[in-house]
Amino acid sequence: MRLATIALTATFLVGFCMSGASAADPDPAEWQAVLDEAEGQTVYFNAWGGSENINAYLEWVGEETQRRFGVELVHVKIDDTANAVARVLAERTSGKDEGGSVDLIWINGENFVAMKEEDLLMQPGWAGDLPNWRYVDVENQPTILTDFTEPVEGLESPWGGAKLVFFYDSARLDAEQLPDSAGGLLEWAKANPGRLSYPAPPDFIGSSFLKQVLSEVIDDPAKLQEPVNEQTFEADVAPLFDYLDALHPVAWRSGKAFPQNYPDMKQKLADGELDIVFAFNPAEASAAIAAGELPDTVRSFTFSEGTLGNTHFVAIPYNANAKAGALVVANFLIAPDAQLRKQDPAYWGDPTVLALQKLGEEDRAAFDALELGVATLAPDELGPVIDEPHASWMDRIEEEWRRRYITGN
Amino acid sequence: MALAARPTGSLSFVRLAPGLTLAVLLLPIAFGLAATFLPAFGYLPALGGTELTLAHFESLFAMPAIWRSAALSLLTGVVTAGVSLLIVMLFVAGWAGTRTFARLQHAVSPLLAIPHAAAAFGLAFLIAPSGFLVRLAAPWAGIERPPDWLIVNDPLGLTMMAGLVAKEMPFLLLVTLAALPQVKRAETMQLVSAFGYGRIAGFLFTLWPQVYRQIRFAVYAVIAYATAVVDVAVILGPNLPAILPVRLLQWMNDPDLSLRFLASAGAVLQLGVTLGALLGWLVIEQVASSICAALRGRGLRMVRERMLRIAALAATGTTAVLVFGGIALLALWSFAALWQFPAILPDAFTLSTWQRALPRILEPLAVTLGAGALSTAIALCLTIACLEQEARTGRVAGRRAMLAIYLPLIVPQIAFVFGLQVLFLASGTDQRFAALVFVHLVFVLPYVFLSLSDPWRAFDRRYDLIAAGLGRSRLALLLKVRLPMLSRAVLTAAAVGFAVSVGQYLPTVLIGEGRLTTVTTEAVALAAGGNRRVIGVYAFLQTLLPFLAFAIASLAPALLWRNRRAMRP
Repeated sequence: MRLATIALTATFLVGFCMSGASAADPDPAEWQAVLDEAEGQTVYFNAWGGSENINAYLEWVGEETQRRFGVELVHVKIDDTANAVARVLAERTSGKDEGGSVDLIWINGENFVAMKEEDLLMQPGWAGDLPNWRYVDVENQPTILTDFTEPVEGLESPWGGAKLVFFYDSARLDAEQLPDSAGGLLEWAKANPGRLSYPAPPDFIGSSFLKQVLSEVIDDPAKLQEPVNEQTFEADVAPLFDYLDALHPVAWRSGKAFPQNYPDMKQKLADGELDIVFAFNPAEASAAIAAGELPDTVRSFTFSEGTLGNTHFVAIPYNANAKAGALVVANFLIAPDAQLRKQDPAYWGDPTVLALQKLGEEDRAAFDALELGVATLAPDELGPVIDEPHASWMDRIEEEWRRRYITGN
Repeated sequence: MALAARPTGSLSFVRLAPGLTLAVLLLPIAFGLAATFLPAFGYLPALGGTELTLAHFESLFAMPAIWRSAALSLLTGVVTAGVSLLIVMLFVAGWAGTRTFARLQHAVSPLLAIPHAAAAFGLAFLIAPSGFLVRLAAPWAGIERPPDWLIVNDPLGLTMMAGLVAKEMPFLLLVTLAALPQVKRAETMQLVSAFGYGRIAGFLFTLWPQVYRQIRFAVYAVIAYATAVVDVAVILGPNLPAILPVRLLQWMNDPDLSLRFLASAGAVLQLGVTLGALLGWLVIEQVASSICAALRGRGLRMVRERMLRIAALAATGTTAVLVFGGIALLALWSFAALWQFPAILPDAFTLSTWQRALPRILEPLAVTLGAGALSTAIALCLTIACLEQEARTGRVAGRRAMLAIYLPLIVPQIAFVFGLQVLFLASGTDQRFAALVFVHLVFVLPYVFLSLSDPWRAFDRRYDLIAAGLGRSRLALLLKVRLPMLSRAVLTAAAVGFAVSVGQYLPTVLIGEGRLTTVTTEAVALAAGGNRRVIGVYAFLQTLLPFLAFAIASLAPALLWRNRRAMRP
C-alpha cells in the first residue's frame, strides 16, 4: 500500500506541474525568458529506446540540463517514432490541445512530413532562433534544411547526421572483392549466395536500402527529388524490382525471411549468417566492436558514386506541455560539448551537425582529436551523399514491395 | 446468525460486486470497440473522416495476401490450443499421482511466469541455424559457417506455434492442476484400473470430461490469445506475409496517419478471425467428444500405453528444457563479451551489460510491483465477492455473464486499447497510476475469475451446510472454511493475475504514455534493438517477478497448513 501511495503522490505531483503551464508559447528569440520559464519544467523526450548507448547518452544530457538549466529530462523510450506521432494525434482527437504528454520527439523523414501536414508541430518555426544555431553546418549539409526534400522551415532542430555505410568482417572477406555499387553488390551476392539480405520494409534501414538501389538504377535520378509521378511510376521503379527479383533467389534464406532491423543484421554478422550488412551511422561498427558485439576485424566501406545520407532532428508537438524546456533541451543538443560527446564512439559515435570552422578553437581541437575507431571511415572517406528521395517515393515503393513480395507463396 | 441478519458493509459490497465487475469488464471494451469500429467504417473526425463508408474494408481486402494472414492467425490459435491441450491431457492422464508427475509439475509451473517475448527469443537462439544446437553439433558435423536453413520465421509459422505451445502448455497445465483436486482422481483411477483400463483410457473416459468442463474457458483464452499474438509472432513467425495482428500493428504504427482507418478495419477482421477460431474449436470439441464416446463404447482399454505415456512425458519435459534452456542462454548472453559462431561459450565474460542496465530498472520495477499487486488485489476482492454472492443467491453466472467475463480475453487487445487511451485522455484526469491499475484490472480480473471460479464452484457445499448447522454466519463460513480450504486456488489465482499484470505491454504503453514504465515495456522497447545481451537482463528480471509470485502460491499453503494433513497438496 505504501508503494501505491508513493506512486499516487508522484502521479499527483506530475499533474500539478502540468496544470501550471502557461497558454502563450515561448519565443526562442527572447532566450532569457525561455530559460526562466524552462527552469523547473520536466521535458518528456520521446525517442527510440532500442540502443543502450543512446539511452546512456540521453541520461547524460538529462543530468546536464538539470544541472545547467534546472530542466528535468525524461527519456520516454519508444520502439517506433510513429507511436509518438499517434499519441499526439490521439490527444488532438480527444481535444487535449494543451498540456500534451509529448514535449520533444526524435524525428525525421516521413514522420516529420506526417506531423507537418497534419499541423501537429509547434508553430512558427523556431529552430533558427536557437542560440546555438550559429554553429550549425547549414552550408555543407543541405539535409539540415530539407528533410527528405520537405522544407524544414525551422519546425525541427537538427541533432545528428546519418549516412548509409556497409560493414564486413575482414577476417572472412577480402577487401579486394568488395562491391562498389548496387550492381556490384548484386554480382557479389550471386557469387556468395545466402550471405546478403536487408530488413523487410517498412523497416527504416530496409526501405533506405531500396531507395539506395533505386537512386542508382533509375533512368533519371532527378525524378526522385519530385513527388512520385503516377503516370511513369511503374516504369521508373521497374529497374529496382528487376534488381530485387534477381537478388532474392541468392539472398539469405532465399528471400523467404528477412532480418528485423539493423541490430538484427549486426547480430547475424557476428553469428556468421550474413557477410555484408549496412547501417545509417558510420560509427555503428566501431561502437559494436567496443561493446564486444562484433569482432575487431570488422571494417566499413561505401560506394564511390555515393550513398544515401540524411539528418535526424528533434521537434516539438503543437500541444507540448513544457515548450520552453523543450527549446532549452533542443538548444543544448546542438551545443558544441553535447555534439562532441555524441560523436565520440565511446558514447555514441553519431556524426555532428555542426560546422567545425564555426566553432571556437578549443572545441574544434577537441573534435579533431576524437578517436573515431578502427572500423569508422574518416569524414573525407565516406564518399558523396545521395539525397533522400521525396517522402512520397518511400510510401509508393513500400506499397509496391508489399504487392510483389507479400504473396504467401 | 445475528451477523448474517444485519446488512453490513461487507455484505452490501458482496451484493454490488457482480454489477461492479461487469462494469469494470464491459465499459472499457464497449468504449474501446466503438473507437475502433467507427474509424473502420470511416468515422474519425480528427483525420477528416466524417462519412460512413465501406471503402476501408475494400482496401483491407485488397491488401496482398490478407486472407493468408488471417487464415494463418486462425490456424495458429486452433493448433496452439489443440497441441497444448493434447500434451496436458495425456501428461495428466498418464502420470498424475506419480512421483515423476510431482517433480515435473514443479518444473513446469514456473514456465508460466516467463514472459512470451523472452521465451521466444531464447527459443530462437536455441534452434536458429547459427544457434546453440547447431553450435553443439558443429564440431562433429564439420560445420564452419551457419547453414542457410529456414527454421525461424518459416512460412507456415510452425516455429511460432511451437514457441506458443511452449508457453501456453504450462498455463493449461496449471489450470488443470487447480481443477484436479475437485475430482475424485485416486478413487476413480483405482476403479477403472480394476476394470482393466490403462491409465490414459481410464482417465479420459471418466475424469477428463469433468476436468475439461472446469478448464474450458482457459482453453478459449489460449485460442484468443494465440490468434492475436504480436510479440512472439514478430520474433518467430512468418514474414511474407506475417500473421494478421503483426500486420495490423504495422498499419497502426505507420507514419501515414490515414492508415489508421485501414488498421481499424483490420482490427474488425481480427475480431472475426478470433471468433472464427473459437467457433472452429467448438466444432472440434464436439467431434473429439463423439470420438471419445465411440472409443468408450467399443470398450477400448488401451492397456499397452507405454509409448504414449513416454511421448507425453517427453513432450512436457522437452518444453521445460527448451524454455529454461533458452532463458539460461539469454542469461549467459547478459554476461557475454564477444560470442561468435560456432563458439559454444562467449570469448570472455563482462558485467558491463548489467552495470549499464541496473540503475535504470528501479523505477519501472516499482511501477510493475505496484500495478501488479493493486490490480490483483482488487480483482481478487471482486471475484470472491461475486462468487460469494453467487453461492448465497444460488444463481450461478449464466452464459451471458460468462461471456462478459471472457470478453477482455477474447476481444483482441489490439482492437480496443486505442479507444481506451482516448477515454483516458478525454477524462482529463491526471491520476495516471490509478488509470494504469484500472486498465490492468480489465485484463487481470478475467484471469483471476477464470482461475478461481471453477474450484470455488466445485467446492463441496456440504461444508457450508455443516458450518451453517453449527450456527456460523456466511462471513465466518467464508473466512474460516472456504478461504482456508481454497487457499491454494486463491493464491494460484493471485499469482496468475500478477503474472498477467506484469506481462501487459500494449495497455501499459498506451495508458502509461512512457511516464509510467514497467519492466515489460522497457524490455519490449529494448527488444526492438534485438540486443541479446540486454534482452537477457530484462528477461531475467521479467521472469523473476511472476516466478516469485508462483513460488509463494505453491509454498504458502504448505506452510500455513503444515499441521493439517488433509490439506497438504
